[in-house]
Amino acid sequence: MNIPNDLFYTENHEWISVDGKEAVVGITEHAQEELGDIVFVELPSVEEELDQFEEFGVIESVKAVSDVFMPVSGIIVEVNEDLMDKPELINEDSYGSGWLIKVEVEDKEELEELMDSTDYEAFIEEE
Amino acid sequence: MKKTALYDEHLDLDAKMIDFGGWQMPVQYSSIIEEHKAVRNKAGLFDVSHMGEILISGKQALELVQKLITNDASNLTKGEVLYTPMCYKEGGIVDDLLVYRTDVDKYLLVVNASNTTKDLRWIKKNAELFDEAEVEDKSDYYALIALQGPISREIIQPLLHDDISNVKYYNFIDTEIKGVDAIVSRTGYTGELGFEIYLKKDEASKVWKALIDEGKDKGLKPAGLGSRDTLRLEKALCLYGNDIDESTNPLEANLSWTVKFVKDEFNGKKELEKVKEDGVERKLVGFIMQERGIPRHGYDIKIDDEVVGEVTSGSYSPTLDENIGLAYVNINKASVDTELDICIRKREVKARIVDTPFI
Repeated sequence: MNIPNDLFYTENHEWISVDGKEAVVGITEHAQEELGDIVFVELPSVEEELDQFEEFGVIESVKAVSDVFMPVSGIIVEVNEDLMDKPELINEDSYGSGWLIKVEVEDKEELEELMDSTDYEAFIEEE
Repeated sequence: MKKTALYDEHLDLDAKMIDFGGWQMPVQYSSIIEEHKAVRNKAGLFDVSHMGEILISGKQALELVQKLITNDASNLTKGEVLYTPMCYKEGGIVDDLLVYRTDVDKYLLVVNASNTTKDLRWIKKNAELFDEAEVEDKSDYYALIALQGPISREIIQPLLHDDISNVKYYNFIDTEIKGVDAIVSRTGYTGELGFEIYLKKDEASKVWKALIDEGKDKGLKPAGLGSRDTLRLEKALCLYGNDIDESTNPLEANLSWTVKFVKDEFNGKKELEKVKEDGVERKLVGFIMQERGIPRHGYDIKIDDEVVGEVTSGSYSPTLDENIGLAYVNINKASVDTELDICIRKREVKARIVDTPFI
């Protein structure tokens, strides 16, 4: 299972990569595997302001509908438009071209409430 | 949780298992879309051993069957299969099932897994009126493997004792597969050429493996319940619990062809005659999404802000690369090309009624 060690993780299987004030958010390889073939993605509008752990979108596989939640509070600065026509990018490359949103982070201290790769690995093993 | 005789085979094939009506079943092995396409283009192998089998036998077997089902089994000869709803007196559907005439006074009913207990109770209650009809639950005896897809005949034939090329749709033969006694019927739930194989549980693994070996170089894939659902939806085949149930009747579910009012008597006849006379109030229709969104069971349907129906099944269609669904819609809004608003979460998303099957 691929769990990069430079990312933070949520219990709902989102990852976040932070670089200065900006962060990229997606779902983990484990999450996309559990969902199966992803066929639909709904993402927020740019400039929308959302709280930590607030729902920001929906991912649907053939069988399942799954909400996705903000790992941290922030303003949406970009959404991955490629996913509108190619939602399968999430299956193919969940940490890369299958990213979901870019966020302007308000409070970096919120990251302390997330898991690092070691904790996340233990978390999915337990689940 | 119950396991089928093929449980270990699924684990060996790395299947993702889910709980389905109390059974541990494979939902997918590789990918629902890949498995779906394998069945449409080549072949897929399904474990459907969770289905229930109920044997009705005795001199009054036919009388009991005729009382239970809306379709007509009186012309069924040995080796023929019939699809039919089974209704309550009020006209609601207890289950939809296949009737196999396996012998002169023997009818094997193949029912939905999650309904087996309910069906058995209902059938036994009806059997009280017939001294010479016996009801026996054979669900624990049979395993059931479905081989579906355009090349399924060439995969199964080398393993069979008898020639299958002349077996017509909805017919079956008693034969041997890989030396194992089996009922092999030309039936299925995918709309493709295909066969369903009933055999003793402890022989199931041997036959499953032989079919995989025979087919793997030809494009056969093991296929799970996920693709079984998308395959049947593209052909607009009803799924009990989604599109039909105790609160729906066969006439509104487009199953009028399975209701034979010429029969003397059957459960629900009076009520259904009345429905037919008054006309149905709603109808099961197929629709294709015109905007982004996937319809799902239970979503409301509106026209001009007024609720006119409800989605019963919906999914991405791998063959069409569109999102499709089935829904009950008020009869005056149910004609082809009618525009619908499907309520998906907080949005209303446009859809259009189309002819079914979808493909």
